[in-house]
Amino acid sequence: MKASTDATERTNPSLRRFITGSRALLKPSAFCLLILFLLAGCLRREPPADLIIVNGNEPESLDPAIVTGVSEMRITRSLFEGLVRLDPKKAEPIPGLAERWEISPDGTSYTFWLRPNAAWSTGEPITAQDVFYSWRRTLDPATAADYAGQLFYIRNAEPFFNRKLKDPALLGIHTVSEHELKVELEHPVAFFLDLCALPAMAVVPRQSIEKFGDHWLAQRPLPCSGPYELDAWRLNDKVRLKKNVHYWDSVNTQTELVDFLPIGSANTALNLYETREADVVWDKELIPVELLDVLTNRPDFHTFAYLGTYFYRFNVTRKPLDDPRVRKAFALATDKRRIVRKLTLGGEKPASHYVPDGVAHYHSPEGLSFDPPAARELLAQAGFPGGKGFPRLEYAFYSAAGGGGRMQSKIAVELQQMWRDELGIEIGLRQIERKIFFNSQSRLDYDLSASSWIGDYNDANTFLDMFLSESGNNRTGWRNARYDRLVSEANRQTDLAYRANLFQQAETLLINEEIPIVPLYFYAGFSYFNPLKIVGIYQNILDEHPLQYIKKISGHNSVVSSK
Amino acid sequence: MPTVYFIKRLLLGIPLLLVISFLAFLLVHAAPGGPFDRERNPASPEIKRALEARYHLNEPLLKQYLRYLGLVWEKDDQGQWHRALAGFNASMRYRNHSVSDILQQGLPVSMSLGALSFCFAMGIGLPLGFFSAMRRGKWEDYVGSFLAISAVCVPALVLGPILVMLLAIKWRVFPVALWSSPWHVVLPTVTLGLFFSGRIARLLREGLLNIFQAEFITAARAKGLDEFSILLKHAFRIAVLPVVSYAGPLLADLLTGSFVIENIFQLPGIGLHLVNSSLNKDYPVVVGLSLVYATLLIVLNLLVDAAYALLDPRVKYG
Repeated sequence: MKASTDATERTNPSLRRFITGSRALLKPSAFCLLILFLLAGCLRREPPADLIIVNGNEPESLDPAIVTGVSEMRITRSLFEGLVRLDPKKAEPIPGLAERWEISPDGTSYTFWLRPNAAWSTGEPITAQDVFYSWRRTLDPATAADYAGQLFYIRNAEPFFNRKLKDPALLGIHTVSEHELKVELEHPVAFFLDLCALPAMAVVPRQSIEKFGDHWLAQRPLPCSGPYELDAWRLNDKVRLKKNVHYWDSVNTQTELVDFLPIGSANTALNLYETREADVVWDKELIPVELLDVLTNRPDFHTFAYLGTYFYRFNVTRKPLDDPRVRKAFALATDKRRIVRKLTLGGEKPASHYVPDGVAHYHSPEGLSFDPPAARELLAQAGFPGGKGFPRLEYAFYSAAGGGGRMQSKIAVELQQMWRDELGIEIGLRQIERKIFFNSQSRLDYDLSASSWIGDYNDANTFLDMFLSESGNNRTGWRNARYDRLVSEANRQTDLAYRANLFQQAETLLINEEIPIVPLYFYAGFSYFNPLKIVGIYQNILDEHPLQYIKKISGHNSVVSSK
Repeated sequence: MPTVYFIKRLLLGIPLLLVISFLAFLLVHAAPGGPFDRERNPASPEIKRALEARYHLNEPLLKQYLRYLGLVWEKDDQGQWHRALAGFNASMRYRNHSVSDILQQGLPVSMSLGALSFCFAMGIGLPLGFFSAMRRGKWEDYVGSFLAISAVCVPALVLGPILVMLLAIKWRVFPVALWSSPWHVVLPTVTLGLFFSGRIARLLREGLLNIFQAEFITAARAKGLDEFSILLKHAFRIAVLPVVSYAGPLLADLLTGSFVIENIFQLPGIGLHLVNSSLNKDYPVVVGLSLVYATLLIVLNLLVDAAYALLDPRVKYG
């Protein structure tokens, strides 16, 4: 070897140089190849899904008792069904695991009959005892379920949660037989069936939970009560659902294998959709704000009224915001139309009242309009003519990575401008990290703060009960005995018209007289999918689209082009 | 004795890791906000209390730290003392996953991407730096240095979307995002590695130019060795030392994932967790990931020191 190298050196120095060079490169390239092979081993080979949905953030949990976010609830609803579910078109409560129910004339007692063919995905029957276990579990403080409060309408549920009552037999939930369940409520609840469709009241497998604790969702096969079962769940990668063949209505399940992609970036979501690596994008945070004006004109972009309101809160415990005249001046000087036309651009409606339009059995009273002269007049009455002598307050909002975060700061700047122009008041802006923002909002450590609320169920109460004096979601320091009385009185009514009337009086107090909050606009829901290729998605105010009705029509390759 | 020296250094890493875990624990707890601060509070304050009690957030900080390590003994209902479950493995945000789940799922992805980017950065950076140094002062040097500087100046945040726009959306050569086939790996690797290739090229070029002044190079030249073998055999070994010391922490960075890359390409690595867990105040995940990063850093720095001894005969340990 040595001799031959020497020979080449003498005869051809450039050849020798080439040999040395390539020999030096040999090791690193072998190393790179090795890594490539390792990598190929790491990557998974899976059958392609029949439907791929970009679903928003990585689910914190898929446990129906624990989930709180919209995106994780969408997956959870497909895995675990309750006695009641939501119909795909209007998201109204229809029979789920219960085939029928009876409500007592006074509205305080419900009897449910389970379907005889209701079964877990493992084939065992679902019984009334399973329902009892699931509801009791949500009410167990050790489960620490956020939504436990939605079950407090059931007799003795609240003392049971607070451990003032130990015996679960005293709960107003009784299993009459294998297939019959009787529920007693504290008082009539007009929206109890809507509550029964919440994930927190879905039926979960007792054996798995008792055996595996927090890791019960990792069990395979996992007994599921909904139209799908959990096939795979990898963090920040995908959640894969497989059709549950034992589901009572499995003949009507349209798609076998569905992938939910957790995507944090709106641009990535759009890119995946554009290159057809995803069929549906359905989360309002996943729309690139900069492209809204282009996207809204496309036939595959869908926008619809959504049960949510964007508003701002006053901290009424701080001077001079404790004066309703000052709060009213701010409200009258806020041009909501400008925010919707100039900034949000996604078809949102300006909000003069708090409860969104289109909510069931309710019409909101008309709220304050944009009236700068009246605003200046009120401010002068409160002792700040032309904004003179007004202390420097701050408007707090949070930062987030998604499109929603950027919109927050745009709105803040716009509001600042309005108050400066119309009232002569200089309000500082304060952008805070998400968790810290909500923490200081709860502790009333702010002056004014950006806020939003999404309804849990289709009823005005999901918006109005948060401003009860003792509610953890009030966060304004505003306490009003009359408001408390009106809302709790309304919630005991069975006469829907009278109930709506009481709610209207309460909302008038909230948005016209006391004004601890100023509504800015009602949310619009967004999604994109090609309506020629995807069927079974219907727009509704809850943005609920039961997965089992959604289908991709294969072999249809028509592209919807942008205008 | 070098082996004794390295074993000593490894053992020293253990108390170091403990200190790091304690500091990480304190820092993330000192930040305002908690894991259960959300836009919507549970309907009753009892529910939030139950949540915090479940994760022992109502206890004094030191006790929480001891609990994290699994050093708390408690009396149960029967009056028996027993050791409480260690808290280091339970994620507070992802309640159905443990910290080891997160690592098990994310680390292979981040590590393969990191290793590939490292190879890419070295594969581009070393030849480029070597070439520029060899042609120093000539137009090839200027072109090479310009390329290296441009690679350093374009951040991944800009490069990634540009590559995606051209190669994935316009020409459909590579997929836009996700992690499922070798094709999916190309764009993230380039985006992550290009910056470092520029750094490495510049480091090597500088190192080589410095070493040309050294006496042993002059001696080699005087002996009549040709320029190429002087560079490769003698100068390179010393000139690559700054690159090696840079490569240790770099590799630790690359192996633990990158938030920007994982966000742009939606990769299931641990870079996203590293940032999000501290934003979400997911205490056990923050501390767990810090420990993984610290361990990698300690081990890789040790390897760098070992490499020094191999490359530079003047360096001795022990």
